[in-house]
Amino acid sequence: MFDWISQWGRSGLDAISVIGRSGIFLFRSLLGRPATGFFGLLIKQLYSVGVLSLLIIIVSGLFIGMVLGLQGYNILVDYGSEQAIGQMVALTLVRELGPVVTALLFAGRAGSALTAEIGLMKATEQLSSMEMIGVDPLRRVVAPRLVAGFISMPLLAMIFSVVGVWGGLLVGVDWLGVYDGSFWANMQQSVDFREDVLNGIIKSCVFGFVCTWIAVFQGYDSAPTSEGISIATTKTVVYSSLAVLGLDFILTAVMFGNL
Amino acid sequence: MLESSENYIQITGMTFARGDRLIFDNVTINIPKGKVTAIMGPSGTGKTTLLRLIGGQLKPDSGEILVAGQNIAKLSRQELFVARERMGMLFQSGALFSDLSVYENVAFPLRVHTSLPEDMIRDIVLMKLNAVGLRGARHLMPSELSGGMTRRVALARSIVLDPELMMYDEPFAGQDPIAMGMLVKLIRSLNTSLGITSVLVSHDVGESMSISDYVVLIADGRVIGQGTPKALLEQSSPLVTQFLNGLPDGPVPFHFPAEDLASDMLQGGTRV
Amino acid sequence: MRTRLVEFSVGGFMVAGFAALVMLAFQVSGLTLKSAEDVYHVYAQFDDLGGLSVRGKVSVAGVTVGKISDIRLDSKSYNALVEMEIYRSVNELPKDSIASIQTAGLLGEKYISISPGAEEEFLKEGDTLFDTQSALNIEKLISNFASSKLGQ
Repeated sequence: MFDWISQWGRSGLDAISVIGRSGIFLFRSLLGRPATGFFGLLIKQLYSVGVLSLLIIIVSGLFIGMVLGLQGYNILVDYGSEQAIGQMVALTLVRELGPVVTALLFAGRAGSALTAEIGLMKATEQLSSMEMIGVDPLRRVVAPRLVAGFISMPLLAMIFSVVGVWGGLLVGVDWLGVYDGSFWANMQQSVDFREDVLNGIIKSCVFGFVCTWIAVFQGYDSAPTSEGISIATTKTVVYSSLAVLGLDFILTAVMFGNL
Repeated sequence: MLESSENYIQITGMTFARGDRLIFDNVTINIPKGKVTAIMGPSGTGKTTLLRLIGGQLKPDSGEILVAGQNIAKLSRQELFVARERMGMLFQSGALFSDLSVYENVAFPLRVHTSLPEDMIRDIVLMKLNAVGLRGARHLMPSELSGGMTRRVALARSIVLDPELMMYDEPFAGQDPIAMGMLVKLIRSLNTSLGITSVLVSHDVGESMSISDYVVLIADGRVIGQGTPKALLEQSSPLVTQFLNGLPDGPVPFHFPAEDLASDMLQGGTRV
Repeated sequence: MRTRLVEFSVGGFMVAGFAALVMLAFQVSGLTLKSAEDVYHVYAQFDDLGGLSVRGKVSVAGVTVGKISDIRLDSKSYNALVEMEIYRSVNELPKDSIASIQTAGLLGEKYISISPGAEEEFLKEGDTLFDTQSALNIEKLISNFASSKLGQ
């Protein structure tokens, strides 16, 4: 019984120290002079984090938009207001599904890759040897990846939303025969740039920050064994997803709710 | 005997614990300048940890580590990175950057620490690669190299900035006799030609004794003997004799601490 | 050559991202470049909003001329005080215009419709519309109808 309590306390302390470590980690990576050749490193990371995630983002965005169009039509047609389908698809995508689904896909696609890559670099002593060469791996390895993640996420989320709207248009207008004039008009009337689009982008910036931070930190903090890397990768996906969904609620409440 | 005034590394009263386990208990080690020093001891005695302490990747709980007169544990993060430019370290796995070619791996320290023109970098890199006999392998990626070659490339990379101190972490572990011979020759020739202070961590008694000018034996977190290889071999301490002759049981026990075998067996049941 | 490909695709990615932003701005949210149009504020008091909300539109004869920017309770009269932003270009609304809360369609959004009056003087910044019609409350209507039927 006593053991149990002390174990509980210890894991609580551990959790707090992990949070502390990750904060120091972020601080050390981003503050101060960037590594030499930072821009080239950033381009490389933008490629592996952003460009390589494009395909999955576009395909998922298209299908989600199409599903929204189909479901929305089936519900709205009962009320004779199927021309509101554009409004429904666009609002759902721009406000919620764009940022959230992109972040979840990002955590699975790019986040896990970041964790595994950095974890493996740690396990094969590449990070240690970089330190011994006199180069700070936080600046050289971690910082470009963090920045690439921050930049990529909002861009991916916007692409996701646009492709999704196009998918909704495809189903609603081309297949189900909604008049495309009212499709756009309804959408433009109800979607506000500041309230909806910008808030959605802010959301995806927050998600990008959190997901990349978690992914890179888990890799850096992993136990340098094959088991450690696999645990870290799992943690990345689980923690990122939970963080995204939790933060989404909070952000939505702040932005759109009347709390 | 060696003069103690010419010490490149001075470790005094250093204690280091990992969790509850005491790895070094008030250890004092001096490493002479310009010589090859082998640090030997049974596996798990923290030999690699010692190198990391010297390199400043770990900080001691107490005591001080002076490298070229600088207290490593007291340096700021930035100062430490500057101090490390004068150190080279050969990791057990080689630790080549897997996304860079052999050439770029060796050029890496030059690119980040100097602003030399490209043709000068090329000359230096090819020279260093030539020294380890792998000038022809410059276009290969690390994944295409054998274990011995990886270690030689890593060696070329760690000497590319002409360090004052080279540290070798188990350079002979898992190498075939030919690769081992090459490494022994390389380490020795680097030391004589460049006057580098070398620290070698190993449990390969034969190779280490043949290569080094000075040997430090550690076990159980303490220094159990130090001196020239010859002096050590003549010593009669049972611990030293056990290690140097490779006897399975002795002061370093064969068994991991456990309760008595008979009582363990007689306990019965399925408790593990 | 490979680096060029990487750089090219990253560039393409960035361009696509910003193109998406432009699409979202203009095509999806219908942002017009003159959206930062000059507005002036007009107030109106209602005794029942019936679900009118901030961001709802303000229209004259069905043409949108502004939006509702703020709703609060007037602490003296216990009425709802609605602040509207009317486009500067619509500057010839008579002072005695009537503001009424209407519903788009049967179940649609509530909005404010302004029916122009006949006065010579026009509304300007900070003016208040006194002639207002509150939302048509269907429940109240039904209960009134029911009680009058019962009373017969």
